[in-house]
Amino acid sequence: MEIVNFAHGEFLMLAMYVAFFAWALGHLDPLLALPLAVLALAALGWATYHGLIRWVLGGPMLAQIFATFGLAVFLRAGAQFLWGVDFRVVQDPWLGGRVALGPVFVGLPQLAASVAALVAFLGLWRFLARSETGVALQATAQDRQAAALMGVDTDRMYALGWALGAGCVGAAGALLAMYFYVFPDVGGTFALLAYVTVALGGFGNVPATLAAGVVVGLVEVFAGLLLAPAIKYAVVFLLYLAIVLWRPQGLFGRW
Amino acid sequence: MVKRTALLALLAAVLVFPAVFTLPFPRHVMIMIFLYGSLAVAWNILAGYCGQISLGHAVFFGIGAYTSTLLVARAGLTPWAGMAAGAALAVVFSQAVAFPVFRLRGHYFAIATIAVGEIVQTLVINWDWAGGARGVFVPIKRPDSLWNFQFHESKALYYYVALGLLLLGLAVTRWLERSRHGYYFRAVREDQQAAASLGVNVAREKHRAIAVSAGLTALGGTFYAQYIFFIDPESVLSLSLSILICLVAVLGGVGTLWGPVVGAAVLVPLSEYTRVWLGGTGRALDVVIYGALIMVIAVLQPAGLVGLAARLGRGRRG
Repeated sequence: MEIVNFAHGEFLMLAMYVAFFAWALGHLDPLLALPLAVLALAALGWATYHGLIRWVLGGPMLAQIFATFGLAVFLRAGAQFLWGVDFRVVQDPWLGGRVALGPVFVGLPQLAASVAALVAFLGLWRFLARSETGVALQATAQDRQAAALMGVDTDRMYALGWALGAGCVGAAGALLAMYFYVFPDVGGTFALLAYVTVALGGFGNVPATLAAGVVVGLVEVFAGLLLAPAIKYAVVFLLYLAIVLWRPQGLFGRW
Repeated sequence: MVKRTALLALLAAVLVFPAVFTLPFPRHVMIMIFLYGSLAVAWNILAGYCGQISLGHAVFFGIGAYTSTLLVARAGLTPWAGMAAGAALAVVFSQAVAFPVFRLRGHYFAIATIAVGEIVQTLVINWDWAGGARGVFVPIKRPDSLWNFQFHESKALYYYVALGLLLLGLAVTRWLERSRHGYYFRAVREDQQAAASLGVNVAREKHRAIAVSAGLTALGGTFYAQYIFFIDPESVLSLSLSILICLVAVLGGVGTLWGPVVGAAVLVPLSEYTRVWLGGTGRALDVVIYGALIMVIAVLQPAGLVGLAARLGRGRRG
């Protein structure tokens, strides 16, 4: 959509809090809270578009960057204000422990999260490529005016794009809450990895993002194994810069 | 003429300020205004005039702070030599990172600069010789001396050094505004392809802009280290510092000479006083207000306070 949401990590953080509070107050397992988080975040994305993004779409790029940046700062500090800086953990989720896949042990929550992510990827890809709404969404991303001339309600498409993106984050947050602690700053690293992954694959390209995600994951793990765990993200970002030097549009992107 | 008199009066007022206000706190607020003003002025050269929105300027600030501090602590050099070395190193580093990041535009450029910032911060956190995550102290030397760049008795000398940094940044910006390169920068900002078609060497102008911006930012980093006496990756290399630098410029008005100064003059007292009143609660209410403020500016007045003043001025006349 040609707008980067710098509050993406904060959306993730909010989704994790939704899952956490669903567990702490309503005794709902993160798996059951997943639809709740998806709905809550989709609503937040929709509201963000109508309350904020719409007003800067035609404005200078700087305004677009700072609108979402301001939102990120606001949400993060807001979470700290409301819930404090304590690390919170969902205890004993339904999925715990690990399973052996041959000689490899995999944490069950992580495995569930990967499967869910793959399902979400497939669903999103099919939706964007096959359904009429999905095609209209892509058209809006490619050229807003041309799409509007073809009768696409671009305002609705943008709102849908934001709701969809935020909804996916909602799912990710609920799954992540099963095995990762929740605190106001949790989004930062994940969001930066997400931007780099998308930029590495090529913007607006779902399968390429999946491939880039695998690349980033492998680089992260092997950098942690072969060099030092502390610098694994630095290696991922360095790789990103190296690839950008060679292909600014990303590995599979068209410019 | 009126404008010139007003500027001279403002300069005179700023120069006598430490003689009138002898308490440390008002002086500290002014020093911070000058420091953040000078950082925002430096950022503005790259982002405001050349249109390349960097969200990694803390890297240059950190290079300035770490170079001088390590030279003082490990080699016993004077911080002034460290300041020059830090600025030189920041310029060299900026030229190296410029190759990959300038291949990107717009939002993607901004993301790449964040990535550069994260790389440097991660590496310094894991670099034990440079203090790692624990940071480094500037060794205290008595008595006060200009050679050691340490003034414990009074903040007045810090005040004038910080003011000097700000004036240097403003002078460079003013010179750029009128020079050929200033016009090239703005041409690149408005439309890269059009600028290139008219014979502007886009890549070279961007490299120039980031070099000037990085060098000026690094000077501020050395000043910060000598003023606070302690640096660590979180305070001089973090993303939040990068954002703060941009925020000052954005609030005042990007791409204008005085915008960053106005932004600093509004934001720094606001943050210092809200921190005094609200910061102690540990609940970050001041930061909540900050975030809301950024969104409001982005939506209502992307041209910043300077733009708002210009619009009001035009409204009165027209």
